[in-house]
Amino acid sequence: MQKYIIEVEDMTVAYEKKPVLWDIDIKIPKGVLMAIVGPNGAGKSTLIKAMLNLIIPISGKVLFNGACYESQRRYIGYVPQRGSVDWDFPTDVLDVVLMGTYGQIGWIKRPGKKQKEKALDAIKKVGMEEFVDRQISQLSGGQQQRVFLARALVQDADIYFMDEPFQGVDAKTEKAIINILKELRSRGKTVIVVHHDLQTVKEYFDWVTLLNTKLIKYGKVDEVFTDENLRMTYGTIGPILKGE
Amino acid sequence: MMFLESLLRDYTLQIVALGSVILGAVSGILGSFAVLRKQSLLGDAVSHAALPGIAFVFLLTGVKKTEMLLLGALISGLIGAFIIISIDRYTRIKFDSALGLILSSFFGLGLVLLTYIQKRPNANQAGLETFIFGQASTLLKRDVYIMIALGGIILLVVGLFWKELKLFCFDCEFGKSIGFSDTKINLILSSITVLAIIIGLQSVGVILMSALLISPGVAARQWTDKLSCMVILASVFGMVSGVVGTLISSSVAHMPTGPVIVMVISVIMFFSLLFATKRGILWRYIKTRRDSRDINECKILINLYESALNHEEVRHAHKTTMLKPIKSLHYLRDKGYIRRDYLNTWVITDLGMEKARNSIDKNRGERV
Repeated sequence: MQKYIIEVEDMTVAYEKKPVLWDIDIKIPKGVLMAIVGPNGAGKSTLIKAMLNLIIPISGKVLFNGACYESQRRYIGYVPQRGSVDWDFPTDVLDVVLMGTYGQIGWIKRPGKKQKEKALDAIKKVGMEEFVDRQISQLSGGQQQRVFLARALVQDADIYFMDEPFQGVDAKTEKAIINILKELRSRGKTVIVVHHDLQTVKEYFDWVTLLNTKLIKYGKVDEVFTDENLRMTYGTIGPILKGE
Repeated sequence: MMFLESLLRDYTLQIVALGSVILGAVSGILGSFAVLRKQSLLGDAVSHAALPGIAFVFLLTGVKKTEMLLLGALISGLIGAFIIISIDRYTRIKFDSALGLILSSFFGLGLVLLTYIQKRPNANQAGLETFIFGQASTLLKRDVYIMIALGGIILLVVGLFWKELKLFCFDCEFGKSIGFSDTKINLILSSITVLAIIIGLQSVGVILMSALLISPGVAARQWTDKLSCMVILASVFGMVSGVVGTLISSSVAHMPTGPVIVMVISVIMFFSLLFATKRGILWRYIKTRRDSRDINECKILINLYESALNHEEVRHAHKTTMLKPIKSLHYLRDKGYIRRDYLNTWVITDLGMEKARNSIDKNRGERV
């Protein structure tokens, strides 16, 4: 039997009376770069938030390496949606990236030299070394996204969840980010990404989950990412993928 | 000078001033966090919600002991905060409506109880209503000791949980994902904020207390982009307004201390909003004007530069009408980048050619 790094079992999430996720079962093997795609309101963000214990599901559970989230938190990194925070907050790039080390430090203790070096390394990796002291309100959208990515890299996790890391970034930044994600995969990390652009799924990812409240299909991109499955996900008329 | 002399001589004044300084410092620190969390008005609701607690304790015990009254204020303030947070979390009522509901209903209850108390035949009841507007002159040495103790606790907690508070205010969801329970941090922050409000009730009162929480934070934010600087600056603003307010009210007859302190911090806040470097309204206005002027000049210069390159004769002159606005032309001439040729025509100078080349390079560099 294959060992799965993430197992989602019978997960159902609802806001008020409206179910957002319906009885989801997913088993994700180690070392894949997986996109979660689906129409607006399909529950993509909700799915990763529920996996991260940020939303309490009505039923179902998530196992990481066969254990519960709390015990595996140290090995899980998270990149929230860029728009979820106030970028006018009085702080700089280094400070935000340092927040990625807080989980390892624990309560009350402060980050030291070692953490700072780690943060600077991650900042370099995302190509932001010129902006270490930059006030975060003066960053462009792409730069903000790189900062969030650096913060997650500092977490030095085995599993990464990213909520629309390509939203509102230019082509150059998108390339830079996907290269980092692919590098993570080559080091055996598992990366789960909420993604919007169907055109790039084949190019960027090797696994995909098609979601529309219910789980439509998931698995290897070659096998699952077909016109028919996409039509089932989006329910639209006509071809969804252009030029194929 | 006269102020300082009276401060050195007058023992009561020293007590009141010390109390106001502690209050200013503490409320500045916590106000910064409240402002950053966009929950400035939570403090207002909590301070209003403290009033019925004071009246209740007096009804129960019949004595006017500050510690007991403030304990009542603390409990009812916390209940108010708890209800607001619960309404926000478990109902579809929005946060601002929840604030308004609790603020007015608790404050109303407080007023009802106070009026009832005043109508009762009891010689001891006078003075409870000072909690509404505050009366710093009633501060005793013992009260200031309480304030010092509470202030110390608050400082200690903020110092210990600095990292967690920052994380919580900036990105609480991420914090939650790495194991910093937002419920716990929220509880810590709310508790010390309620403590700060309790500190202020006696001298500033339930109605104006929120000004002391909000204004120093807003003022400090205008001057700095660093959280630590903001918090320190806010507490300095709070302390300054505490001392200055106390001194003004002591040297002018019939001036209430609490409201004067609030006026002083309000002046500091408005001054900061207008004149602060970087974020101040005036500074930003001047900067926008200067920037657009610079860009305009740069544009004209580059135009001249490019057409100079395109003409065989490098020093080709151009008509004014092509190079509007005329004001920018005069600026450029004053800087020596262009000179006036015959009649209404302008020619780029060597210095101007150099400058244009530089700014083209610079812009290109920035775009990459």
